[in-house]
Amino acid sequence: MTRITVNVDGTKYSDEVEPRTLLVQYLRESLGKTGTVIGCDTSNCGACTVHLDGTSVKSCNMLAVQADGHEVTTIEGLAKNGELHPLQTAFHECHALQCGYCTPGMIMQSCDLLKNNPDPSEQEIREGLEGNLCRCTGYQNIVKAVQQAARQGKESGQQSGQGDADGNPVDLNEAEQTVGATS
Amino acid sequence: MTITEDRPDTAAPDAEIGKARRRKEDQRLITGRTRWTDNLTVPGMLHLAMVRSPFAHANITSINTDEAKAASGVIDVITGEDIKDVQGVNANAWPITTDQVTPTHLPVAVSRVACAGEIVAVVVARTPAEARDAAELVDVDYEELPAVLDLKEAAADTVIAHPDLGTNKCAFWKLDSAEQGSGGDVEAAIAKARTDGIVIEREYRQQRLIPAFMEPRSVLVDPTGEQMIVWSSTQVPHILRFLIAATMGIPESKIRVIAPDVGGGFGGKLQTTPEEFATIAISRRLGKPCKYTETRSESLLSGHHGRDQWQKLTLSAEKDGTVTGLKVDLLADMGAYVAIVGGGVPVLGAWMFNSIYKFPAYQFNCQTVLTNKTWVDAYRGAGRPEATFAIERIMDELAAELGRDPIEVREQNWITHEEFPFTTVAGMTYDSGNYEAATAKAKELFGYDELRAEQQQRRDSHDPVQLGIGVSTFTEMCGLAPSRILGQLNYGAGGWEHASIRMLATGKVEVLTGSSAHGQGHETAWSQIVADRLGVAFEDVEVLHGDTQIAHRGMDTYGSRSLVVGGEAVVRAADKVIAKAKVFAAHLLEASEDDLEFKAGRFEVKGTDKGLAIGEVALAAFAGHNLPDGAEPSIDADATYDPVNFSFPHGTHLCAMEVDTETGATTMRKYVCVDDIGTIINPLIVEGQIHGGLVQGIAQALWEGAEYDENGTLVTGSFVDYTLPTAADTINYVSDHTVSPSTTNTLGTKGVGEAGTIASTPAVVNAIVDAIRSFGVNDVLMPCTPERVWKAILTGSAKPAEGEREAAPHFDDGAPNQDNPDTSASTQGGAQ
Repeated sequence: MTRITVNVDGTKYSDEVEPRTLLVQYLRESLGKTGTVIGCDTSNCGACTVHLDGTSVKSCNMLAVQADGHEVTTIEGLAKNGELHPLQTAFHECHALQCGYCTPGMIMQSCDLLKNNPDPSEQEIREGLEGNLCRCTGYQNIVKAVQQAARQGKESGQQSGQGDADGNPVDLNEAEQTVGATS
Repeated sequence: MTITEDRPDTAAPDAEIGKARRRKEDQRLITGRTRWTDNLTVPGMLHLAMVRSPFAHANITSINTDEAKAASGVIDVITGEDIKDVQGVNANAWPITTDQVTPTHLPVAVSRVACAGEIVAVVVARTPAEARDAAELVDVDYEELPAVLDLKEAAADTVIAHPDLGTNKCAFWKLDSAEQGSGGDVEAAIAKARTDGIVIEREYRQQRLIPAFMEPRSVLVDPTGEQMIVWSSTQVPHILRFLIAATMGIPESKIRVIAPDVGGGFGGKLQTTPEEFATIAISRRLGKPCKYTETRSESLLSGHHGRDQWQKLTLSAEKDGTVTGLKVDLLADMGAYVAIVGGGVPVLGAWMFNSIYKFPAYQFNCQTVLTNKTWVDAYRGAGRPEATFAIERIMDELAAELGRDPIEVREQNWITHEEFPFTTVAGMTYDSGNYEAATAKAKELFGYDELRAEQQQRRDSHDPVQLGIGVSTFTEMCGLAPSRILGQLNYGAGGWEHASIRMLATGKVEVLTGSSAHGQGHETAWSQIVADRLGVAFEDVEVLHGDTQIAHRGMDTYGSRSLVVGGEAVVRAADKVIAKAKVFAAHLLEASEDDLEFKAGRFEVKGTDKGLAIGEVALAAFAGHNLPDGAEPSIDADATYDPVNFSFPHGTHLCAMEVDTETGATTMRKYVCVDDIGTIINPLIVEGQIHGGLVQGIAQALWEGAEYDENGTLVTGSFVDYTLPTAADTINYVSDHTVSPSTTNTLGTKGVGEAGTIASTPAVVNAIVDAIRSFGVNDVLMPCTPERVWKAILTGSAKPAEGEREAAPHFDDGAPNQDNPDTSASTQGGAQ
């Protein structure tokens, strides 16, 4: 067993884990963060996507021990102070989910996409989400939701400066500082 | 005659029906507050891992569990022998003939396995990881037996999938229009056409597909004393409960089945599975709650597959293109066992191959066959995509033979809108439709004439990238199903649906539905229906489903039946509530019932300003202080609705594909569909169903296929090899509607869950074949990979036309290869 310390959705956790434990297993089984789900065993589907220090990773594709000293944001930590993240709202508004199983990963990946490219073309969105599978929607409304969130981001960005990956104007900076301090 | 309108006639300004309501379901799904079965835990819960056969066909000679049992955290290792008397059986609910050959399907194999992936032992451990570790330690000795994998070989009975049965031929089912009196003699029609008409004969392949829902299946069983709760990722909680009782000897009243949040199904979760039955048997044996969650590889291997048919069609027509007969011979692969619907899936095609066309004579023959592969059952569309594919492909072949536009030939033969209701040659009565209107709208949105002109221009200029236009004018039968018809077909259950409405004292309304949603948005759509019907606020309606202790009666969700059958049950329950409330309202208002009018949620005394809202009546019923003498103090109501007929959505789908004739690469340029699904309750949900359905149908045409190697190993056993389309593979689709309401239910709905999948596959393949038909190509096997398209062009019967462009040279003469020959000996002289 190895001891790790991870900050997940704003809470610090310190646990003994088996070295082979995947990050997604740690999140689900040790922390009860079942909003993050497992859809495959080959890292193709992206259902388990979370943010590690603000960047999207497939949590089935890294070990819990690799997250030691880092900051993880899951779908459950995206809404701040009871207010949905713009992408969560956009997914709802645009009917970008049906069964909803891929949705947490899809939203987390879309956050990352917009962080790196706040004004993506349709093709850039499609390519940016290529690592996340959805069987219900045919992707059309997911693309629409990301476009809507990008438009909103642009509008609010013009008013109040740059937004961050998790949609909160100040949190990313805090997150980066935290990571810098612990890693 | 039916009327086609642009808007549903229910779309009054304040009406909920027709409104693009955002879904009530979304909040928990976008925030991760979901209750997928695998998210659930029960105190003391143990975890199961399955030991599965690597062989397609083998006798189990011995199983040594000693090492596994000794491993850390392992509670027990259980074999089929251990639970053979209590594990029940995976039943076939639809033996299509009385003499169907049906192998017994045990959840955990006892002495022989008939396909790779069958469960032979189950490890029970404290954690999932310990269970899986120990599963590796179970030592199973097998004696391999010859396996039959190919469908046509299996039909020849040289190698037998189940030696004790003596044959692979499972059942033969026939519909003949002359014999049943619904049409003429097809052999005579074909014989006549051979002398003075046109006969088109084709054989098409429906490759095997995997439903590939995103949530892997999971089951958690908690045996609480005599009673038992089963949480399962299933489409069919009610059917599961019935079959547990029927095959395991557990009283139905002791069983509660809950389908919590279920992550997609597409037919793939309408099975009662070996994993469910094994988990139930083991949790009861140990008296402990047990959970099993499959891995994706297990899901692809052991969840049922879909399609897998060879389809021989003979179409006869007069020289002017008027069709005179259609004969269909199907070979359908059942896999190793006859699954819950099993042979019924291809048989559903019996009423669909003739589609929207007026064939005077028709015959449908279906031979179901057993092989040593994963069992096959319903996958989105279930029998209807297969039929639609074949008929839409061969209608294009007829048009090509005639040298005419494929839409024009279809129009010459389809049922015109004046002819409804129309009884088809297969004996189905289509109640409504307007194929002309849907097609006209689709052509306009598509820019059909412009794209045809561009296609001609590319042909004339020998453009290496050719353009093809694919047409699919489909219909389907939804709303499964009138119970009497199911009885005539030997199906083991009815096709009704149940709903209850509870009128709460505070004015809120609870709707219990026997439909079991797994992504379709029933909570939202049912709320809209009830809000309109009872005149209450959309927000005040709560829809409860997926728990047999709450919604105790139901036939669940599949076959685009929820809205058409389940929605109608909700409407009828609401009408009963109104009828009950009216008696109370009349009493409370001191008026005659005849003088009351129910409008927008209020009972009003005609000609006065006196009235009562239905919520006020509910409160009065709750209090019970002032009700008519002897009245039961409740206005709650139940309804069980058995449909009188199927519903028949239809539509016109048009697809433009660009085909690079030098590489075989295909690119979708444009896709337009105009669907007539009757009245639309929620256009947003409908659009979502269409998009998702389209992509699954397009995926069959272009990307997906379950492939086995010669040993019977599924080689597309992960998402690396079973290639679901991604966002980058797909485009935006143009979808629109015409509306000719169904006449067989109150709301005029027809069903939409499967439409996109049924219609799109032939549209895409027709487009690809259309693009390269000038090369002498008349078919490409699905999935139409670049390699297959390229080979079809190479082996096509037509030589390149005069002036056809040669393929561009890969390298200029004398120019160096991209690899430097000095540093890479292995690539010398070799262009890749």
